[in-house]
Formats: sequence, structure tokens, C-alpha cells
Amino acid sequence: MAGTVKRKINGDSHRQSRRGTEESPVVKWVLITIAMLFCLVFLLLPLANVFAQAFGEGVKAYFTALADPNSVAAIRLTLIVAAISVPLNVIFGVCAAWAIAKFNFRGKSMLITLIDLPFSVSPVVAGLMFVVLFGMNGFFGHWLQDHPVHLFGKVIELKVIYAVPGIVLATMFVTFPFVARELIPVMQATGTEQEQAALTLGASGWTTFWHVTLPSVKWGLIYGIILCNARAMGEFGAVSVVSGNIIGQTETMPLRVQSLYEGGSAASGSAAFAVASLLAVLALVTLGLKTLLEWQQAREFERAQQTPAAFEGERKFPSPEDFR
Amino acid sequence: MSIELKNVTKKFGGVAAVNNISFNVNEGELMALLGPSGGGKTTVLRMIAGLEMPTSGDVFIRGQRVNDVSVRERNIGFVFQNYALFKNMNVFKNIAFGLKIKKWKRADIVARVEELVKLFGLSGLEKRYPHQLSGGQRQRVAIARSLAPKPSVLLLDEPFGAVDAKIRQELREWLVTLHHDLNVTTIFVTHDQEEALEVSNRIVIFSGGKLEQVGAPREVYEQPANEFVALFIGVMNVLNTEVKDGIARIGELQFPAHDQPDGTRLRIGFRPYAVQCSTDLSLYPYRAVLRHTFFLGVMLRLEFELASGLKLRSRMTKEEYAQLGLEEGREVSLQIRNYRVLKKEEGSLPAEKELSYQPPPTIAEHI
Repeated sequence: MAGTVKRKINGDSHRQSRRGTEESPVVKWVLITIAMLFCLVFLLLPLANVFAQAFGEGVKAYFTALADPNSVAAIRLTLIVAAISVPLNVIFGVCAAWAIAKFNFRGKSMLITLIDLPFSVSPVVAGLMFVVLFGMNGFFGHWLQDHPVHLFGKVIELKVIYAVPGIVLATMFVTFPFVARELIPVMQATGTEQEQAALTLGASGWTTFWHVTLPSVKWGLIYGIILCNARAMGEFGAVSVVSGNIIGQTETMPLRVQSLYEGGSAASGSAAFAVASLLAVLALVTLGLKTLLEWQQAREFERAQQTPAAFEGERKFPSPEDFR
Repeated sequence: MSIELKNVTKKFGGVAAVNNISFNVNEGELMALLGPSGGGKTTVLRMIAGLEMPTSGDVFIRGQRVNDVSVRERNIGFVFQNYALFKNMNVFKNIAFGLKIKKWKRADIVARVEELVKLFGLSGLEKRYPHQLSGGQRQRVAIARSLAPKPSVLLLDEPFGAVDAKIRQELREWLVTLHHDLNVTTIFVTHDQEEALEVSNRIVIFSGGKLEQVGAPREVYEQPANEFVALFIGVMNVLNTEVKDGIARIGELQFPAHDQPDGTRLRIGFRPYAVQCSTDLSLYPYRAVLRHTFFLGVMLRLEFELASGLKLRSRMTKEEYAQLGLEEGREVSLQIRNYRVLKKEEGSLPAEKELSYQPPPTIAEHI
């Protein structure tokens, strides 16, 4: 209530006289126009174009393009890679955030810097790193070749580069800051008192984690997972280097888009846009979820900020008689 | 004996936050750990709880050495300064948490929580979340939660620190009643001497990680063990004097000090109530002017200024004030009924000395 009243008053005074700290309306509108134009040209138009191109050959062609076995394989591979790398990164992110937020140890700031490393390394370089390590001439590559795994009587030579494991590794490398980065500030803000309270009440570490820690950071965690997932599905550079682009086998959706587009024909062009449109939808869904979560969080924060005064009227202390 | 600390020291890094402390808490006692911030009182509380481990020394709970017993198994109730309620659980679930952990039957949990909710005046709030509660309510939920599993000891860290002044007074009285009713050994940390004096049976006073004195409120107030306690508990007028011809002097004030050689510096302290005044200027030996009257409710705090410019604090009731016919600017005569010599060194303070003036004696005659 008070907020709206205040805003109204500000609005009125604004009409009569500008505050000294405010820029002139001209500056304001020029800035807004520039920002809007930029978004339109660089974001909205290309996005609209993706869908326009995707459906350029008709709706039927769109679904035929998606039903292509190689496209289906790409979609499936993308989902598999995300299904493996996202949970692993969630576990890693929770562990790292926990360690950083709740403990003091030597090398803490180093760990924080390391978590940010994938943000500062070019994905292509990251991919190359894995190729050097796990490739035929790489250190681990040799070792893996010399040590085939015996499983159910079969001899399986583990291949990392130009195979799914490499794609998973590269994806994990690129996406691993997301969960930890989202969780660290939330966990730091929550502090350790709730956990200590659970301990004094007899709870084990595990119970405390499930019933106290996790619920209190759930929004941050979900947010981190969404971002991590979006990046895992959309990653191109690092995956491109390690995958070897074997059609139908090691092609993820972004790679499939590229190879279709390079196919040259009009049909494959629109097929490329059809697959791209799926990625665009993923982006839109991510954006929607992110906005929803932020709104949800803001609402919860606002409720938490509500002065308890609203309830103060009911404050009643038990009188000494209540104890007898 | 409920709790015993023996030569307990706690170091953080190389710094001793708590230095070789020993004291006991009796069964059913309501004990205050009092001291300025950084005095080590919260650390002591956390060591009793098991949230911190002593660097050396032993902690006993009901005769059992608990140094190696984890927090979970100590059966203590701990109330955190900011309550640390589980934000994602409502009042009912908060209070029931410890019982669920202890695997109580569902029906027993419901009964126990209901009992506590009633006892703590939280009826109707069971479904509320912590952010929907007032500060006082939150605190009561926190205490109810810690008491639910029937702990042998209740530990409270600055229980009145986070609530506003008005609720604080109510909470103090409420805590005393609660303690009286439940009779669970209770230890609370506070930096507010008034709170400690009012609420507790006994007080442990800390400063700089050292134990200064343990005693009943009246004891520490009337027989402070050292200068720190004397100054920390209650208000005290402190004067730096120098001995000359067997008398410690400052301004026109004189205190007998036969046993001290000339030139000795003595710190003299006396409580505000030791300063007596009269509008009869010939009644008491010193002349002063009442400079300020501060209204404190029932009591008034008075500030007198002696002819030499020395300022003394005194206290009296409104009735006394009216009876004497005092007002700001009024000239009065003063005496200091009793005082003590404060020493920088540790150890007990010399007993309080009485200065009984027969009207109208002069100091010189008296000595």
C-alpha cells in the first residue's frame, strides 16, 4: 500500500518538475529506442527468421525434416548428453558450492577461480584440450587403447574422442560453472545456522542436507539446472572439436544444423532451420522458465521482507496463569 | 550438578577466545553468561552445546565427560541468536523436526507440538511460515523447537538481542516464568548487564576470554571481585585520586587512605546510590549544583557538579526527588556514603568502606 502511494506521489511530482538527477526526456527516449532497435535487429528478427525458414517449405516438409533418421539420432544424442552431463554437474555444483559457502579452507579462492575457468576459455580450446588428452596420440588415449575393458566376456575398447564419452566430457567442461555459480551466493546468504540448528536437534548430516539445506537453496538450484541444461544442449564449439561429426552417430543438434546447412540444397537448408527451430524453442522455454523463477523468487523475497508488523496486532504473550 | 567446565580453553588460530575457564551450573539453574562482545561467552555456550570443541580442558554434562560426544547426542536445546528457524517449514514442522529425527510416533509428535504451541502462546500459527511471524513469535517458535525433544539443558545465545526494546521486557519476564515452570537447566548469553541481573539466578562474567566472577546477581553487584566487574555491572562513579598525607584527594573530595604512601594513585569507585544529597547546605560536607535530571521511569538519574567541576552521578526515586524539593540548578550538599578502592590488578577488591559523616563534621575531623 505504502509503496503505491509513494509511487503515485513521485509520478505527480515528476510531471511538474524533473528531479535534478534525471536526464532529459530526449536522452531517455533515444536510449530506449537504441536498446529496442538493437534487440529487434539482433535478436528478434533472426529468431523470427529461423521459424520462417523452417516452415518455408511447408509444415509437412518441416516434420519430414525432423523425422529424418539422422536428425532423430542427433536429437537423441543431444538428450543423452544432457541427461548425463547435467546431473553430474548438479552433483559437482552442489559439492563445490557447499564447500565454498560453508567451509573455510586453504585454496578456496583458487577453487572459485577454477570454477569460472570454463567461462574464460574458448570452447574450441576446451575441445582441443580433450582431443590432445584422449586422442590416439594423447596420454590417456594411449592408455585406454592399451587397457581395453573386459565386460560380460567381451573386450570393449573405450573410445573417448569422436565418440559419445568425449562429447559428454566436453559438454561437462563447458557447463560446469552454471550450477555452482548459482548456488554459491544463495548458500552464502543462508549461512550455516539452520544446519547447526538441525544438528542440535539430532539430525544427521544427510537428513540435514535433504530437509534443510536443499529446500533452502531450491530456487537457485533449479535456476542453475535450467541454465546448465540450455547450454549443454546448445553447445557447439567444444563438441564440434571432439565429436568428429559422424552423421547419425556423434552429431548433436547444433552440429546437425551446421551439416544440414552446408548440404547446400534448399531442402536441406530448410531442414537445418527445422532442427534449429527446436533449439530456438528450447531457448524460449529456458527464458520463460527463468523469468518465471525470477518472478517466483522475487515474490518470495517480498513476502520475506514484509514487516512482521502486519501480524504484530495478534502478538500475545501467555500470562503466568497459562503455565499453571 | 548439571554442567561443569574444567580448565576449558578455546583457541581460534593462535588466539585464545576462551582462556582456562572453570565453572559449574547446577541442575535447574537459570544462568547468565555476561560480558562485552568478544568476551568469549558465545564460544563457551557453543562448547557446551558441542558446536565448538575445546582446545583443552573438559566439559561435563550431568557428570559425563562430553568432549567426544557429538552435538547430536548431547541432548541439548540450542536457541540461536537469529533463531535459525527452518524457513521452508511451517511452525508445526519446525517444532516437530527434532521429534521426527528421534523417531517419535506420529500421534506423540502431534500431542507434544500441540502442548508446546499452547504453552508458548502460538495457537493458530501452526501453519505459518517463519517469514509470516513477528520477531517475538519467531523466538518463541525457536525455543519451542529446541525444547520439543525434552533436552536436559537449554542454551540461548543472546535471546533478547534481536527483538525491539518493548518486546524485550516482556520476553525477559516470560523466560523467567517459563524456566520456573519447566525447571530445565538454562544458560543464556547476554551483553546486557541489566538483563543478566534481572533474569538469572547466577551470573558468569567474562571479559577478553577470561572468567572474571561467578555469583548471584546481588553478589556480583555488591561484592564485585575486581575492577572490571565493578565497572561492568551497574553504573559507577570512578575517580582517579592521588594520596597525600594519608588522604586520597581529587578536587574537594577526600577519602581516607592511611596505609598508602604519598603519591600513590588510587582509583576510587562508588555507586550512584552512595551519593546522598540534601538541600540543607550544612548537612553534608560537599557543595554541589544539580546540573541535569534524567527521567528513567520510576528512577531518576541525577548529575551533580561539585565546585571543582567534578561531576558525580546519583540516582533516586521520583518521590525522594519531590520530597527533597530538588530541581535543576539547585545548590545542594553531598556526601558519599560508601566507596571502594578499585585496583587495576586482578584479585578481589578491598571491601567497601563506609564514610559515616556526623553532621556537620569535616573530613579532617573524621580522619
